[in-house]
Amino acid sequence: MGQSLLLRLMKEERPRHPDTEKSEPALTRLGTPREPVLSPGDPNIIHLGPELAIGEADVRSAELGEAVKGTSLWQDAWRRLLKNKLAVFGLVVVVLITIASIIGPFIVKKATGYSPDYIPTNDPGLTKSFPPFTAPDGSFSWTHPMGTDNAGRDQMARVLQGGQISLFVGIIATLVSLLIGVGYGAVAGYLGGRVDNILMRLVDVLYSLPYVIVVIVLLSMFRSQTARGQLILLFVALGSVSWLTMARIVRGQVLSLKNQEFVLAARATGVSTPRIIFRHIVPNTLGPVIVYATLTIPQVMLTEAFLSFLGFGVQAPLASWGSLASDGIQNIAIFPWQLVFPGVTMALTLFSLNFLGDGLRDALDPQMRKV
Amino acid sequence: MSTTNGNLLEVKDLRTYFELEEGTVKAVDGISFELKRGETLGIVGESGSGKSVTNLSIIRLIPSPPGKIVSGEILFDGQDILLLPEAAVRKIRGRRIAMIFQDPMTSLNPFMKISKQLMEMTQLHLGYTSARAYEHAVKMLETVGIPDARARVDDYPHEFSGGMRQRVMIAMALSCEPELLIADEPTTALDVTIQAQILELIREIKRETGTSIILITHDLGVVAGMTDHLIVMYAGKVFEQAPTKELFAVSANPYTKGLLRSVPDPLIAQGDLYQIPGLPPDVAHLPSGCPFAPRCERAQQICREEYPPFVRVNVDHHSLCHFAREVYEESLHERKF
Repeated sequence: MGQSLLLRLMKEERPRHPDTEKSEPALTRLGTPREPVLSPGDPNIIHLGPELAIGEADVRSAELGEAVKGTSLWQDAWRRLLKNKLAVFGLVVVVLITIASIIGPFIVKKATGYSPDYIPTNDPGLTKSFPPFTAPDGSFSWTHPMGTDNAGRDQMARVLQGGQISLFVGIIATLVSLLIGVGYGAVAGYLGGRVDNILMRLVDVLYSLPYVIVVIVLLSMFRSQTARGQLILLFVALGSVSWLTMARIVRGQVLSLKNQEFVLAARATGVSTPRIIFRHIVPNTLGPVIVYATLTIPQVMLTEAFLSFLGFGVQAPLASWGSLASDGIQNIAIFPWQLVFPGVTMALTLFSLNFLGDGLRDALDPQMRKV
Repeated sequence: MSTTNGNLLEVKDLRTYFELEEGTVKAVDGISFELKRGETLGIVGESGSGKSVTNLSIIRLIPSPPGKIVSGEILFDGQDILLLPEAAVRKIRGRRIAMIFQDPMTSLNPFMKISKQLMEMTQLHLGYTSARAYEHAVKMLETVGIPDARARVDDYPHEFSGGMRQRVMIAMALSCEPELLIADEPTTALDVTIQAQILELIREIKRETGTSIILITHDLGVVAGMTDHLIVMYAGKVFEQAPTKELFAVSANPYTKGLLRSVPDPLIAQGDLYQIPGLPPDVAHLPSGCPFAPRCERAQQICREEYPPFVRVNVDHHSLCHFAREVYEESLHERKF
């Protein structure tokens, strides 16, 4: 019986309206009734038929000529984002720093032979800190545009490589917060009641712990021997606390979304609960989620820098902006460039990410539409 | 299709209560009706009279807590929906009983393409491949009169007008050829011209497919031309139940008469419009007598003290009133002139 209804409905000849004129089909192709639905004089008449009404068809024929291509929400948001100068500045800086961090160390290695962890041990005259653009003999040189550190490692290669790690930490922790936080918050918000209570009280408990201390305890408890192992521990530690706010934000969004009619409509069509949560509701929370994720990256990067600064984060020979700054601060009076370059790069990145996040929030906020 | 005594749907003494802090709200309190295959049933009543709750109860979508179906049977094709496990009910929803909601502006997911939303139905219930479901979606849009359906099917809901969205909702509801279509105030949010088109579309579909329809509305004009039977609800109770023609012609309930009188008739120049005095009662605190008594013109002492009986005044015609027979006689008398 599957296609019979459609075939019948699709037929060119439509069945005639029994109580109106013979030649005119009751429903035109566009669905506008040509006849009054009830004829005057009918004892049951309550409303007059819409014989004076302008049907949708009349209005529609005008727009059929040239279809206007609608803009999607994302195109709209993108356009608004591009109007925001600070956000564009942030976007450009973030993209440039990301690209530089990824390919920069290789280029430095190719050009000068210095990889981020290369210590020129064979020449004692080189294993000390040079100012930027200075050769070992004090003359101008392009070899170390940011100078070198105490061991004679090239500072630029280290800052770029530190960028890799800092951005990586930020992105991984944010991904964790996206995966756990969004799922957790959406389930708590949608199911509500007791489930919501238990899930969110757990979040409250985790929230109330001072998370820097939690991370420090985690890191020192499972202290790893290798630098790489320590890095993975750092990801775990930062990821495990970064999803809490995300869960709250998503839960709040879902609470207001789940009572909307389209959710009821989806339930009325027999869609299962997991599918409603993740296919119907979660996409609707995407705006705030993206904004918060963009703002989480700098936050996590700052925490990483802070931990590395305290000596709990990234261990040498790997470098992050935080550990570079930590090394640099010890010699700030004599070798200020050791602190200035990683510090300025990090500050620039954090500013840019925050500008970008603010710009995204404005761009995705429906209240700002008209502006 | 197996049938038991020709009834597609039988609702028996359905009671849906909401446990709230301020007391138990008896949103639906003992409603019974039958719906035969191919028939259209209208449910009329003011806001808060329990129309929508009745229909949400039928497909078990009452928000719970606080809502609870306290008692009753809902026999759909001989099967009591209230006794089925959730998974089985989900198979009925959309596949055999479909709903059209009141507000087409909010009933479509703003983040999903029209095509995705239409495809979901057939993929879920009929196991269509996405290519086949897509073709089906285009066909359904053409069926409900969306011009240039193939080009528009990948649009988002916000690119559609209100009337077109309601058409999409109808297309969605009909995708699986349901046996019962519940239209919960399908035209309330639309302006009058679009209203007429949508009603005509529903009527057309009914004629073509023989789907049974429950049409919920507060607009008597809508039900007049569309339905076979009519239920008038007030404060969660059925006040009158009759074939549509009979109910319009010879009403046996003061509330129904009041409703009929409040409809403006453009053919007769009227002075002030009639309105039923007072406000709908607070269903959490109903008086012991007839719930309509405080607003009723002919209320007597007995109305305020005793709960009225459900009187059968004619074949298939029942009315909840102490004076049902008298009102019926009156209506017959009025009709003679």
